[in-house]
Amino acid sequence: MILSAEKKNNQFTVALAGNPNVGKSTIFNALTGLHQHTGNWPGKTVDNAQGIYEHQKKSFLIVDLPGTYSLLAHTVEEQIARDYLCFANPDVTVVVLDATCLERNLNLALQVFEITSKVIVCLNLMDEATKKDLVIDVPSLERELGVPVVATAARQGKGLFELRKKIFQVASGSLQPSPRQIKYSSDVENALKELLPLVENIANNTLSPRWIALRLLDGDQSFLRSLSNYLDIDQASFQFQDWEESKCAQ
Amino acid sequence: MRDAERINSLSDLSLGSDCQIVSLELSGLLRRRILDLGIVPGTLIRCIRRGPSGDPTAYMVRGTLIALRSEDAAQIFVRKLSNGEECV
Amino acid sequence: MCAMSPSRVLSEVYGQAECVRNSYLKSFSDQIVADIYGNAEQITKHVLSKKESQRISFDLTIDNLVTSKWFGYPLMILLLVGVFWLTIEGANFPSELLATVLFAFQDQLTLWFQWAGAPNWVHGVLVLGVYRTLAWVIAVMLPPMAIFFPLFTLLEDSGYLPRIAFNLDHIFKRAKACGKQSLTMCMGFGCNAAGVTSCRIIDSPRERLIAILTNNFVPCNGRFPTLIAITSIFIGGAIASYSGLINALVISTIILLGVAVTLSVSWILSMTILKGEPSSLVLELPSYRRPKIGAVIYRSMLDRTLFVLRRSIIVAAPAGAVIWILANVYIGDQNILSAVAHILNPFGQLIGLDGFILMAFILGLPANEIVLPILIMSYLSTGSLQDYSSLEELRNVLVSNGWTWLTAINVMLFSLLHWPCATTLLTTYKETGSKKWVFLSFLIPTLIGFTACFIFTQVVQFFGLV
Ligand SMILES: Nc1nc2c(ncn2[C@@H]2O[C@H](COP(=O)(O)OP(=O)(O)OP(=O)(O)O)[C@@H](O)[C@H]2O)c(=O)[nH]1
Ligand SMILES: [Mg+2]
Repeated sequence: MILSAEKKNNQFTVALAGNPNVGKSTIFNALTGLHQHTGNWPGKTVDNAQGIYEHQKKSFLIVDLPGTYSLLAHTVEEQIARDYLCFANPDVTVVVLDATCLERNLNLALQVFEITSKVIVCLNLMDEATKKDLVIDVPSLERELGVPVVATAARQGKGLFELRKKIFQVASGSLQPSPRQIKYSSDVENALKELLPLVENIANNTLSPRWIALRLLDGDQSFLRSLSNYLDIDQASFQFQDWEESKCAQ
Repeated sequence: MRDAERINSLSDLSLGSDCQIVSLELSGLLRRRILDLGIVPGTLIRCIRRGPSGDPTAYMVRGTLIALRSEDAAQIFVRKLSNGEECV
Repeated sequence: MCAMSPSRVLSEVYGQAECVRNSYLKSFSDQIVADIYGNAEQITKHVLSKKESQRISFDLTIDNLVTSKWFGYPLMILLLVGVFWLTIEGANFPSELLATVLFAFQDQLTLWFQWAGAPNWVHGVLVLGVYRTLAWVIAVMLPPMAIFFPLFTLLEDSGYLPRIAFNLDHIFKRAKACGKQSLTMCMGFGCNAAGVTSCRIIDSPRERLIAILTNNFVPCNGRFPTLIAITSIFIGGAIASYSGLINALVISTIILLGVAVTLSVSWILSMTILKGEPSSLVLELPSYRRPKIGAVIYRSMLDRTLFVLRRSIIVAAPAGAVIWILANVYIGDQNILSAVAHILNPFGQLIGLDGFILMAFILGLPANEIVLPILIMSYLSTGSLQDYSSLEELRNVLVSNGWTWLTAINVMLFSLLHWPCATTLLTTYKETGSKKWVFLSFLIPTLIGFTACFIFTQVVQFFGLV
């Protein structure tokens, strides 16, 4: 099973997250040389896939997560993606965005930013954006988001070298992104303030307390279930045991 | 204000017209799904086309085309925009 | 958190969170989503500029046609017929070529075996059994599969499939199912197992189960070459001109029949064991993207060919060996193959088939692409026609074993409506996690298949049409 993927020493893990149909599998294929199926409709990949590539004599284990619109986990796919990002601790998370509908895609990126700071944004489908006469100011997007942004056209193989380079830099720690945090409206922020002290000592540093507090405010049961599983089980032996179950049960 | 009388449900929108989401009276998974797609109060939305039998209707939201059934769209309330206001 | 277990702490915190949540009037979960989008809007405003666009109107123009009231459905049917027409016409020549080459090589193999002094039974198992079955799979089954798949992938890459779901949703809604089921059916053309997995895109568990249970009514890549071969022999072949087009029309009709059965079964399931009302549809229609035609054709042809070859080696080769052995081990004066076929025969006759056909379908459980090759092998190894070198003679083989147009239609019906292959059953088990649904996914098509063939046969025979 993919989520319990054995991470070898010296190997970096890279997660590919993003909305459905933004070209994650295409990027995955381009990086690994594998042949995951791709197709122009949302939901082509429902199974996870993993592959390996080398860069600068380092080995990278890359995981193609199912496409999701959000990480607020209302469906099994979203839950898989969220649990992977929260608990499997990938060394780098690449959020793939569709340059032709930036706004919708940023929704997911901002959510990922709350979970992990080791993030790279890959702005894919740049060729399609150009066709639609959309101009995106990449340097200023980088400033706004606080993370490296790589513009790519994965099917044409454009920008992938740059992507590899950035993945390497973030994984090895030579580049430390500081992703923009969402500013919530005052009600939410106030409630968060009340909750934060309670949450602070739950998870052992790996998870952002703010994220946990947000999920508590959200009343997100599935996350709490995953979290309590995670906390009960020793982290080293942690596996997503109930993944198969949850997949069917819902 | 005239706003109050211009509240309609999304399903009553005629093709090509623009509007702004006021509230969602949906529940459960569907509500969350629709919120996640960016259909939140305040969002501008345009009615683009109907299916061959007139049922699912495709709406342009934040640069993407989303199809909804009329029963579901009937639970989403919108304020029609006059011609001056721009959409998407 | 030293003394207490973490999950205790968690549940306490959860309780406190509930208090905080209740102390505010607003629903936080909505507010959170709205706020995230608020942030996304701000960022987008800063970085995105748009010139007046031509491309969107291009999408609109195509959609106006593709989803229009008058052209939407005819276009879908046109595409279906077109794809199969290209498949049939395109597969003709490579099929002939492969058959010629492979069967010529069989003679060469035989010579080599004789030269090496191999015992008869070794030659029998390896050449007449394994090699010949493989040759059949590759010559008859592979070309249509390798041509259909790239065509389908092109459609898939262009973004047309979600439009099919958009057009058909109201029909599925009437069957109390979900329009996205049509996407999973499209995947079923490639492989029913893949179709079953793709049912995960359907959110409602009830509608997902319906889609899983009915996916088998789409003839997969392993089945429609059988349909094509039989139509070509008995229907298209009977009418000399435009035979390719006529064959394509017949195949399309069979597929539409499959769609009709899917809808009826979905409706019946919704009224009985999977009772419920249609839930909702939230479907994104992505913009059209021009596929990289060359790359897609090359990649998917190669993929499909390798896929079929691998499956042939795993399934067809052993099946060929088994068939040869069964046909050459005698109990009394009858070989086992004939004996089994003899037992199945009355049952087969009842539904307009024969014992060998029924047995081929049963032995084809591991993979549908071996049904026709197995059938030919059994006819060849037991009948009078022993040798065989070109595709035209296939008709003779079948006719000399008592086939009429009624048999042909029944085989096609039964191929469309019978149990799913083993891989699909296994996938169904993985996806549903329950033996009950696997059993039903086996039972429903099988019952329908038997019933349909039985009624059709009895009616035709009653009126003395054959
Ligand atoms: N023009 C263009 N098309 C692309 C590019 N990247 C991917 N595509 C196409 O976009 C479609 C979707 O790509 P996938 O890789 O399947 O997308 P995905 O993110 O894996 O989608 P899901 O599995 O549904 O989540 C395919 O048809 C690709 O060929 C690109 O950079 N430019
Ligand atoms: Mg994918």
